[in-house]
Amino acid sequence: MSYVVNTNKEILEMLEACGVNDISKLFNHLPEGAKYEGLLDLDEGKSELEVYNFMKKISKENKVYPTIFRGAGAYKHYIPSAVKNLSSLSNFVTSYTPYQPEISQGLLQGLFEYQSMICNITGMDVSNASVYDGATAACEAMNMTLIKNKEKVIVSKSIKPSTMEVMKTYAYAYGIEIIEVEIKDGLTDKEDLALKLSDKSACFYVEQPNYFGLLEDTKELGNIVHNTGSKYIIGCNPISLGLISTPNESGADIAVGEGQSLGLPLSFGGPYYGFIASKKELMRRLPGRIVGQTTDNKGQRGFVLTLQTREQHIRREKASSSICSNQSLCALRSAMYMGYVGPKGLNEIAKRCFDLAHYTKDEIVKIDGFSLKYNKEFFHEFVIKTPIEVSKINEYLDKNDILGGLEISDKEMLVCVTEANSIEDINKFVSLLKEVTL
Amino acid sequence: MKLIYETSTKDHKALKLPKCNISYELDSKYLRNEKLELPELSEVEIVRHYTALSKETYSVDDGFYPLGSCTMKYNPKLNEEVASFEGFSDIHPLQDTKTVQGALKVLDLTKKYICTITGMDDASFQPAAGAHGEFTSLMLIKKYHDERKDYKRKKIIIPDSAHGTNPASAAMCGFDVLTIKSDNGIVSKEELKKVLSDEIAGIMLTNPNTLGLYEKDILEITKLVHDAGGLAYYDGANLNAIMGISRPGEMGFDCLHLNLHKTFSTPHGGGGPGSGAICCKSKLSKYLPKPVVLKKDDKYYFEENKESIGKVKDFYGNFGIVVRALTYMLSLGNDGIKKTSENAVLNANYIMNNIKDLYDVAIDEVCMHEFVLDLTRFKKETGFSALDVSKRLIDYGIHPPTMYFPLIVHEALMIEPTETESKNTLDEVIGILRKVHEEAYSNSVDLHKAPMTTKYGRMDEITAARNPILKYGDK
Repeated sequence: MSYVVNTNKEILEMLEACGVNDISKLFNHLPEGAKYEGLLDLDEGKSELEVYNFMKKISKENKVYPTIFRGAGAYKHYIPSAVKNLSSLSNFVTSYTPYQPEISQGLLQGLFEYQSMICNITGMDVSNASVYDGATAACEAMNMTLIKNKEKVIVSKSIKPSTMEVMKTYAYAYGIEIIEVEIKDGLTDKEDLALKLSDKSACFYVEQPNYFGLLEDTKELGNIVHNTGSKYIIGCNPISLGLISTPNESGADIAVGEGQSLGLPLSFGGPYYGFIASKKELMRRLPGRIVGQTTDNKGQRGFVLTLQTREQHIRREKASSSICSNQSLCALRSAMYMGYVGPKGLNEIAKRCFDLAHYTKDEIVKIDGFSLKYNKEFFHEFVIKTPIEVSKINEYLDKNDILGGLEISDKEMLVCVTEANSIEDINKFVSLLKEVTL
Repeated sequence: MKLIYETSTKDHKALKLPKCNISYELDSKYLRNEKLELPELSEVEIVRHYTALSKETYSVDDGFYPLGSCTMKYNPKLNEEVASFEGFSDIHPLQDTKTVQGALKVLDLTKKYICTITGMDDASFQPAAGAHGEFTSLMLIKKYHDERKDYKRKKIIIPDSAHGTNPASAAMCGFDVLTIKSDNGIVSKEELKKVLSDEIAGIMLTNPNTLGLYEKDILEITKLVHDAGGLAYYDGANLNAIMGISRPGEMGFDCLHLNLHKTFSTPHGGGGPGSGAICCKSKLSKYLPKPVVLKKDDKYYFEENKESIGKVKDFYGNFGIVVRALTYMLSLGNDGIKKTSENAVLNANYIMNNIKDLYDVAIDEVCMHEFVLDLTRFKKETGFSALDVSKRLIDYGIHPPTMYFPLIVHEALMIEPTETESKNTLDEVIGILRKVHEEAYSNSVDLHKAPMTTKYGRMDEITAARNPILKYGDK
C-alpha cells in the first residue's frame, strides 16, 4: 500500500497536464547507470492490520519490567496521564519548526515557556529550545567555550562514561584535547583538577549528581575553575534540582542536562532531549533555535525564532553549531511536565527519590555481604558492593520481573530508586537480594 | 494568549504523590536555596492552556504544508500507535540484550530497508537529526583519511546551492569549506575539476539538489572526486524523489544520511525529534558509531568496533522514531515505496506546470519532488516580494513554501507538495497561487499587509533580536 491519495484516473489527468503519458517518463532524464530498474528487494506492502500485528509481535519480544531499579542516564519516573495526552495533540506532533510565526504562536509560546522553565530550574539567564540529548548538550556547551588559545577541555572522570565517549568523539571532530580529572573516593579530585587546569583551559565539565549518584562539591569546584579564568559547565539531573542547589548557585557559566526524566518514557534510549542554558554573556554562543518575545503589527505580544545570525542557515560554516532539527516535542512535553508538577511537586518528587533511595540503601546494607561503596551524600543512585556476581543477582531479579541495578563491575551494582518505586517494590527487591545470596 | 505563568495561582496543584512516612535529611550544604519559580496550576488549567496553544499551531493535520526540502507529508496514525506499544516505549536502554531482542530486531530490519533503498551496505541510527547525520558521516570521512595517514585532506567541496547545515557540519569536523558555483542549477564539472586536489577529503551533495533538479552528471562527479582520492557524501534530505528509482549507492556515494522525519513520514514535532540515520559502503562500516547491531545464531547483540569514530549520542539514537519509520516502510513495501516517489515527483510537476505561465521557475525543466520559483521579476513589476506572497497564502489557509532558499535564487519560493496531497488539494493550491498573482498585478490587495485573516499579524523580528526577551520576566 502507500499513502498516495490519487486514483489512476486522476494520475493520468495530472500526467497529461505535465505533457507525458506515463509516470516513468518524468524520470527519463536520469542518466543510465544511476537508474534502478525493477522493484527493490523488499517485501511488498502490507495492510495496516498486518503491520500492526507484526509490530505488536516484535514489541512483545522485549521484556517490559514493571519494577525498575536501574537508571544510569535513563530514569523511570511516573508520567502523569495529562502530560501523555497533551503531548500527543496532533497540532504539536505534526507541525514543523515554526518558521511562520503568524500561524505557529502556540508552539512558539510553548517553547518560550519551556526556555523560561529551564531557566527557573537551573537558575540560569537564557536557554535555547533544546538539543539532541544530555551528552550532545555537554558537547555543545564545551564548543561554546572554545576560544583562541583556550582549547583544552577539562572533564571529570566521575561523569557518565557514555557522555565522556560522546565528548571524546566531538573533541576528535573539533580537533581539541580532552584532559580527564581523576576520581578520589567517588568524587572529582580537587587537587588533580587544580593541577590540570591552566590558562589554556577553555572549560571544566562535571556532572551533579555524578555517575555514581554522589553529590559533588560543585561550589568549591567552581571556585577552583574560575581562578584560572576557565568556564564552568555543570551537567545536572533536572529532577534533582527540586531539592539540590542549582548550577547558578554553584557558579556555573553553562548548565546542561538530559531532559528525559521530565516526563519522557524510557523508549530504549530515545527520543530524549538535552537542555542547555547559560549566563547572559554567552547568549550569542548558544547553539540552535531560540524563541524570543516580540509584538505583531497589531500590537499584540507574540513570539518568533530569534538571534538567528548564530545559526547554520544564515552563517553556514561560521555558525555556532550545525544543529537544525532539535527535539522540540520532547522539550515541549517536559514543559508540560514541569507545569504539571509545579514548584512544590518538583521538590516533592526530588525529595521522594532521595528518601526512598536512602531507605533502600539502608535496607540493603543490612544484608550480610552487601555494603555501600562510597560513604558520601548521594541523590537517588548509589553503588552497592555485592557478595556474589551482579549478573547472578540480576538473573534472579529478572525471574521476579524486577530490573536490578546496573552492573558496573563484577561485584558492584549502581542502584537507582525513584518515586515510581513503591515501598512494597523496595521491600521485595531487598528480600530478593537476601534470598539470592543465602 | 496568556502565558502559563500568567494563569498561575499560588498553591494550585495537579500532582499528587502516594503517602509516605520515610524521610531523610540532606546535608544543608547541598540544598537548593534559590526560589523555584515554576508556575502553579491545577490539572484542568494545564490541559486548557496547552489545548489553547495547540489550536494556535498550524500542522500537517490542518492542511497543505509545502515546505521545500522539508517533506511535510502526512504522518500515518498507525506509526504513532505502534511507537507507543509498551514493548517499545517502556524498555530501558541498558537492559540485557537478551530482554530486548525485539528492539534490536527493529534496528536490524530498518537497516535492511534503508540500505536496500539507498544501495548501501551498512547503517547506524545513532544520529538524532539530519545535521547530526551529516556531522557523523563527515566524521567517517575524516577517520577514513586519518587511518590512511592522509592528513592533508582538510577540504570539503560543497555546491553553493547546499543546505546551510552542510558547511556548518563540515566546519564542526574541522574541515575547510570550498564552495563551488552551480551552472544552470546543477554542479559544474568544470568548477569541480578546478578545485580537486590531494587536499580534498570529499564532496557533499544533495541529489536531487535544492532546486529540485536531478544532477545529470552525478556518475562523473563522484568518479572525479574518487579519482582525486576523496569520498562522496550524499545528503538525503531529498530522497523522497527517488526511492525505488535511483540509489545513492549506484550514483557513487560512499556514505549518506537520511531524514527519517522527512522521507519516512515520522512527524516533525514542531522541530524535532527527527532521526538522521546514516548509511555507508562496507569500506566505512568499521568506523560507524558504536555500538552496532549484529546477529549470530538467530540472536541479536551489540558490538563495539575498535576502529569506530566513537559515540555521537547516548544510547542508540531516537529509537521511537526508528520504530515509526519501520512501520511506515513495512506498510509501503517495495511497490508502495516506488509509488511514493513517483507521485511526489508528479505532484510537484503538476503544480509547476499549472503556474509557470504566471510565475518564473528558477530552472524551467522537469523537476523532481520540488521546484523553486524565482519572484525577482514579480517583485520588480508589482513591488511585492516572496515574503508577501507567502504571507498572503496564509490568508487562504495554506502554509507558505520555504522562502529565500536556496540562496542562489533571489526571491525564492521552494514548493514541495509531497505525494500525500490529492489532486483536489493541488488544484485548490494552484487556484490560490494564481489568485494571489492576480491580486498582486491588479494591486487589488496590499500584500504587504498579509496575513489579514489571522489572529496574529507579522511579527517585529528586528526588535526581538535587538532586545532579546528569551524567558518570562526578561525586560
